[in-house]
Amino acid sequence: MDFGFAPIETRSIDIDIFDSRILKYVIKYEPSLLVCLSCGGCTATCSAGNLTDFNVRRMQLMLRRGETENLQTEINKCMLCGKCLLVCPRGVNLRNVVMLIKKALVIYKNQEK
Amino acid sequence: MKNIVVIGGGIAGVEVACMMAETGNRVTIIERDNKLGGKLNNWYCLFPDFKKSDEILNYIKNRISKFNIEVKLNSNVEKAERNGNTWLVHTENAICKADAVIIATGYQLFDATRKEELGYKIYDNVITQADMEQRFREGNFLTSYGKKPERIAIVHCVGSRDEKCHNMYCSKVCCVTGVKQAIEINKFLPDAQIFCFYMDLRMYDKFFEELYRTAQEQHNIQFIRGRVSEVSETPDQHLSIKTEDTLSGRPMKMKLDMVILLAGMETKKNTKEIADKFGVDREISGFLKSKDFHIGAGILTQKGVFAAGTCIAPMSIKETIENARSTAFQVNEYLKTL
Ligand code: SF4
Ligand code: SF4
Ligand code: SF4
Repeated sequence: MDFGFAPIETRSIDIDIFDSRILKYVIKYEPSLLVCLSCGGCTATCSAGNLTDFNVRRMQLMLRRGETENLQTEINKCMLCGKCLLVCPRGVNLRNVVMLIKKALVIYKNQEK
Repeated sequence: MKNIVVIGGGIAGVEVACMMAETGNRVTIIERDNKLGGKLNNWYCLFPDFKKSDEILNYIKNRISKFNIEVKLNSNVEKAERNGNTWLVHTENAICKADAVIIATGYQLFDATRKEELGYKIYDNVITQADMEQRFREGNFLTSYGKKPERIAIVHCVGSRDEKCHNMYCSKVCCVTGVKQAIEINKFLPDAQIFCFYMDLRMYDKFFEELYRTAQEQHNIQFIRGRVSEVSETPDQHLSIKTEDTLSGRPMKMKLDMVILLAGMETKKNTKEIADKFGVDREISGFLKSKDFHIGAGILTQKGVFAAGTCIAPMSIKETIENARSTAFQVNEYLKTL
């Protein structure tokens, strides 16, 4: 039965069709990503975030929700300065996360989902 | 009649001492300060009902006056020895015999200068919640520039939940302390804008959630979900903070007149030394290790040595009093087995 008010597909996060390949790769080599509590300390202090619309906390959250479409453009904004790790209360190494995403994108680029 | 030594004369120490005296034991309190009451002496009022700290101080003064408890002020534990079931507790000028020892040494406030990026003791208008309580007592709300603050930030989780300070745990009572202070400041300075910057709001006990709601509804306190990563001073005599408003997903900058840091609770250096003297174990967090988490947190890993209050874990005043009473019960159970 269709009641006609399902959320528009692109606006909701669909965990069922989650493309977790990049996420799994990143967590394998940088398990600290698991313990992020989304406090925003990294974004507040981020060198790139102060100059552009880059939001590193949101980027990693999107990755964790399987939203990988914009990753390529997002990670290119990171300046790899490492300040995010300096302020992180949970010791998440986001700089390494960014570098691992770069690698993962190359590995999985030409593979089928 | 059994002999009991209580180390520490704060709220936990006095309450547990009175309970032990009330149940027919001979009790000695060893306090390193020159008065009883501990940190509460410097506090103004308590959450969630704004009861004046002095009322609790009067309660413990009245209570202890009813018993014949020996109080050794300005005294420290220098050495502890066990002889069978008896402990010999050495202070500078006495040796106390004890059938049971109760450690009630309390906590120390996290030293906020360790989070240099937050500017404590670098900028005069960055203070801790403990400094703020002192200011409530003095009725002093002006900034170091002699100005009435128009904008105040309260920063949660300073030195708690932070692996950079090696404190992974939550200090539990600072969230509600922040909410209480925000309301209290609003009463004194109704025109000031007050912001609480939090990662999670832990309103765990009776009336805490209601207090949070009251803060929003009647005192216009703004709650922003984001960790403050930097505080600096601007040339025009303001403070500026950097954070992310994580709920709208955007970095946020703000000019302020005053920043209050909610510094967490830590084990005292003194507690660590005493724990070593008695051979009791501590948790990774530094707090004293209970033999069992569920059944009697006051029972430690060494025979005849017990604990009460915030040397076990962060606690509110209410919980400290309850915990002290529960420890007294456990100690009496133990004494029966001797
Ligand atoms: S600072 Fe650390 S815990 Fe906070 S959002 Fe960034 S990565 Fe997550
Ligand atoms: S390493 Fe990248 S994400 Fe981290 S603070 Fe620097 S620019 Fe921002
Ligand atoms: S009680 Fe609140 S402010 Fe204190 S450590 Fe826990 S979450 Fe942070």
